[in-house]
Order: sequence, then structure tokens, then C-alpha cells
Amino acid sequence: MANIAQAIRLALHLGETKLGVKDIFGEDVGPPLGGVFTCTQGLANAWNSPLDERGIVGMAIGLAMAGQRPVAEIQFCDYIFNTIDLLKLAGNTCWSTAGQINLPLVLMTPVGAGIHGSIYHSHSFESIATHIPGWKIILVSNPRDAYGLLVSAIKDPNPVLFMYPKALIRVQTEDQIPGLTKDPRELSKMIDAPPLDNRSSWKPSWPDLPDFEIPIGKAKVCTEGKDVTVISYGRPLPWCIEVAKELSKENYSIEVIDLRTLYPLDDETIRTSVNKTGRVIVVNEDTEVTNFGEHIIRKILEMCFYSLQAPPKLLAGANTPGIGLAVPLEEAQVPQKIDILNATLSMLKEKA
Amino acid sequence: MTMAYNPIQIYKLMAKARALEERLIKMSKSDDGFFWIGGPGEEAFNVPLGLLIKKGEGLAFDFLHFHYRNSATLIAMGVPMIDPIRQMHCRATDPYSKGRNFVGHFAIKEWNVMGVTSPIEVQYSMAPGTAWAQKRYGGDGITVVTGGDAGSAEGDFATCLSWSNIKNRELPILIIVTNNRYGISTPFESVHGDSIIARRAEAFGIQWDVVDGNDPKASYEKLQFAMGIVREERRPFCLEAQISRLHGHSSSSGANREQSERDCLIEFEKVLVNANQMSKQEAEEIRKTYEGEALDALKQARTEPLPESSTIYEGVFK
Ligand SMILES: Cc1ncc(C[n+]2csc(CCOP(=O)(O)OP(=O)(O)O)c2C)c(N)n1
Repeated sequence: MANIAQAIRLALHLGETKLGVKDIFGEDVGPPLGGVFTCTQGLANAWNSPLDERGIVGMAIGLAMAGQRPVAEIQFCDYIFNTIDLLKLAGNTCWSTAGQINLPLVLMTPVGAGIHGSIYHSHSFESIATHIPGWKIILVSNPRDAYGLLVSAIKDPNPVLFMYPKALIRVQTEDQIPGLTKDPRELSKMIDAPPLDNRSSWKPSWPDLPDFEIPIGKAKVCTEGKDVTVISYGRPLPWCIEVAKELSKENYSIEVIDLRTLYPLDDETIRTSVNKTGRVIVVNEDTEVTNFGEHIIRKILEMCFYSLQAPPKLLAGANTPGIGLAVPLEEAQVPQKIDILNATLSMLKEKA
Repeated sequence: MTMAYNPIQIYKLMAKARALEERLIKMSKSDDGFFWIGGPGEEAFNVPLGLLIKKGEGLAFDFLHFHYRNSATLIAMGVPMIDPIRQMHCRATDPYSKGRNFVGHFAIKEWNVMGVTSPIEVQYSMAPGTAWAQKRYGGDGITVVTGGDAGSAEGDFATCLSWSNIKNRELPILIIVTNNRYGISTPFESVHGDSIIARRAEAFGIQWDVVDGNDPKASYEKLQFAMGIVREERRPFCLEAQISRLHGHSSSSGANREQSERDCLIEFEKVLVNANQMSKQEAEEIRKTYEGEALDALKQARTEPLPESSTIYEGVFK
């Protein structure tokens, strides 16, 4: 049983041993630390870069131009903003060169709130990321998807942004990587590094890894239901499932969809579900103005207008310049489980 | 790559590149294209650069991260005149971008010419990536990156220097700055505290030099020397070339001929005529031939189709 950090590490290990990944790099990504969230511990091809985000993205583009399959990390998505110019460039290189030069690169970055990260460790990035054409955009919510989608991202011949929620990194869920030991302590013994002062001669003992992938562009129906569709991804997703389970005890039937990939968007899964329920809530943590959820709702209006029984709702972050450190501030700024529950209840009660 | 300096060959290529640029400027002033930007005045440096490149696809060959003033380098590498003219004319036959990008924005996968982009200086952040792959690969392929003086104020230039000479990761990269002393209208001295850009490399332990980019012989020799170090010793070198901007910044500043700038083509012709290596008539014939070739290429390009609107989504992803 792996958590998200371990799942990422395992997928990267498959990458460096079977998929031709020679460079896994970024700030503190190599030894001794192996990433501030431990996602790159023990990897043979992980190395530390200068503290220079533009340099990191530039290096990844250059390596991809030279036919390598780099995986680069931006330590927190809060620090990705000075690279947007280069992200645009990575996204437009294939198109601008009339299809001659494609860039098989993966850029990983942790996103979102929930770790008391205050103004610069709580950002979301998907609304801006999905505004950069030429990228495939992933945001996972569990270890199984983290593994399967990272493997797909590494194999993809295009730039892929792989985002994962900081707040869920250590969470063990039932969604597991097939074929891996069920015992979390056993896995930890094998691949988690000992404390830093005791690490110099440590080597991981890697389990046999499945060449298991989840296709980019496929959403997942987490709970089936007929009364309301809740579309989410990343950190709020497990809360959406909990809410659905709790409401099922009151005989409500909630369909929760984990998008997993934001671009290309799985229109078909959304259409099928909303045509069935007629009621939809989109939940994410990003600021609510020009939010990616608005795009989803626009698609829903175009695809499902005549099936709708209530106005679609977006439950998203407050449109404030940052997220406050104090708990009452953060909880008021990004949707919490109680907000998802209340929004779902009022959607259920909305007159058709 | 190990060729000897051949002045007549260089003169011919300089004349060819100049004829191309002059034709492109005429096109931008008429109905034969939109925006023009290019490199007239940089031929004495850019032609030797093109001749010294190890041309081919993949890690064994040179990777090239150029900016929009490198037409003479590409002419020296063997680009046919008609292809930039097709790009200027936004024709579907433009092999670099199929009518999507400005002229001078070359992209040639078979020669490792990475796409020229409009944002200034970004190529300096990407170039260490190809150089790192080449370092790992071995062989004698190197990475070459070029850009202007004003752009060196961007952080990407510092990124390039700081990533190129890390201990045990010294990169085979030739970092070139072509200094024409202006960024569009802004004189270099008016916004910079330093005078020699290449000297910044010294702080990173990178060998550097400056060359008179209006002198093809000096340029050839200095490039041969710098490339030799990068190729054989697998470490970076920073070279600044002082060059001319003969038609201003671009068509948006008029693209008219600047009389105050040195003209390397006229200067070189004089040198060759005085040394009896070429007659004035021969020089004139060479120039006329290329002017004719450029005009014929334009006539051909005009007959070719524009890209179909239905192609807009092609090549977003591979
Ligand atoms: C990042 C960026 N900022 C501004 C511009 C607009 N611009 C185009 S060329 C140029 C001047 C560049 O000067 P220099 O680097 O000296 O190169 P030169 O054109 O003189 O060869 C500017 C400001 C741009 N293309 N990219």
C-alpha cells in the first residue's frame, strides 16, 4: 500500500529503469534530500538543480529537444509563475515548427492548500495551466492514479504537467497500484529513506513494478448516483466521496467524478453523468474568477442544457490574493467538506 | 568543420545572404509579406559560424538555438533562398512553420535547428538542456546559442552562464552575443552598467572573448578557436561579436538603410579586390546572380498556396 509520494517515486523508478528517463531534477530533488515531499528519494537519476525555476523548465525543454525524456520538478506550484513564458514556449514548440519538434517532457509540481502553507505554499495552478495550449494537464487525488498517470505522462511525446495535492501526499487510500504489497510498513521499509543524518549508505530495495498505466484524458466515476453529479479533482475529491457516502445513508444518490486529467477534458463522462442527474456541482480550490470550473460549466451548458434541472454551481476558492495562515482564514478561503455537503444538500433541494 | 578559411566562398555566401535580406525587406514594403526582421550587417560573423557548424540530426551533431538575425548562418549551412521567402510570404510550403511564424524563425529538425522564437533570450535557458544531453552522449557535437546585446539583461542569460559551468557538469556550449549596441531604439550604454557583455562569463569561470564581427577572417578564426575548445574540451565558451545593424531593428522601424553603420560586405569586397583575390566585376556579377535568384524565388513562392484554415489544429500535439 503506497501513498502518493511513494507512488510518484515508484513510477519514476519505472521511468528510469524501463522508460528511458535519464534526468529527474529540480531543487533538492537529488540526494541527500530526495525532494521536499520525498517524492524522489532513492532514485538513481535524480539530481539537484540550481535554485532557478526558469533554468529548470529551460533545461527540461532542451533535454526534450535532444530526444531525452526529462522529468523536472517545480518545488511548489507557488513558484512556477516566473516560468509561464517558458511553459507557453514548451506548449507552442510543436505547433510553431509545423510539427517538427515535439517535446516529451514531464513537469511535476505539488499544488493546493491544506498544510497551513499560508500565502506562498497554498496556490492552485490549474486554471492558469489549462490556459496554456500544447500541454496535457493532470491533477491526481490518489496513489493509484498518481502512479498510472505519471507512467502515461512519461510515455507521452508531448509536454505533460503532473500536479499532485500537497495535503494528500501521505494519505493511504483504497485505490492502490496493482501487484504491490498490501502492507504499508513493508513498503516503507523498502523505499522510504532513513533520517538524513543516517542516510549516506542507504539504498532502496525496489519492489517489482507493474507497467500499469491510466490513460491521459479519462475521468473516473468514483461513486455512481442519479440525483446530483459532483465533479472535482485533487484535494477536495476525497471529501466529495465522503459526502456522497454520508448522503447515501439518507437515500440520496450522488455521482462523484474525479477528472484526473484536466486537458484533454473527458467531455463524454461529464455529458453522460449530467444528462442523467440534471444537477451538477464543480468543486476545486482555485480562485473563483476565471476558474477552470467555469470552463467545465460552459461545456455542460452547451452539452446538457436541456437536461438541466437546476443551475450548475461552482464551489471554489475565494477570489483573494492569497490564503491566510490562521485556520479560520484558510477554511473560509478554500472549500471544506462542510461546504461540499451544504452545496450538495441545497442542490438536492433546488426546485426543478 | 576543420576546413581552411576560404575568402571567396565566404564572400559569395555573404552576398547571397545579403541579397536574400534585401529581397525580404522589399517584400515587407510591398504586398509580398507582413513583418520583416533579419540580419543584414551580420554576415561577416554569421557566415563563418554557419560554415563551422557540424550539421546533422541528433546528439552527434551541433544543436542550434538561434535568434531572428541568423539568416546568413543558415544560408551558409545550405538553406535554399526560396524557403525563407516562402516563410515571409506565409505560404503552406514554408518548411519551418507552414505559414505560422515570422520570417527568420527557422526550424529545421534534420539539422538540429531548434525553432527560433520571438520572446527575447529564452533560447539561453533551453540551450543548456541540449548541451547536457550532448555531454552525456560524448562525441564532439556542441550546442550553439545566439542572441543580441539588449536581451542579455534578461535572467535567461545569467541562467545560461550559471548552468553551463557547474563542477563536473561543464557543458559543451558556445554562448554567443551579437552586439549591435541597440535594443530596438535604446542604446546599450543608456541601460547597462557594464560595457563588455562576454566578460560576465568570467565570474562563472567561463573563458570568453570579443571579436570584430565585421571582419570575416577574424570572426572565422575566433569562432574556430572557441568552437575547438568547446568541441574538444567539452566546456563552455562565451564569445561576443561586435556587429552592424544595417536596416534598423525591423520593418516596424522602417527597415531603411543606416548610412552610419559599417557594411561588412563592402569592406570585404575592398579587401579582396585590393589583394587581387577578386575583381570588382566578379564581385558585381556574384551579387547580381543572387539578386536574380532571390527574385526568381519570389516569383515561384507567389504561385504557391496559403495554408488552409482547416490546418489550425494540426501539430498542437505529436
Ligand atoms: C521578452 C521580450 N521582450 C520584448 C520583446 C520585444 N523586442 C523584440 S526585439 C527587442 C530588442 C532586442 O534587442 P537585442 O537583444 O539587442 O537584439 P537585436 O534585435 O538588437 O539583435 C525587443 C525589446 C520581445 N520580443 N521579447
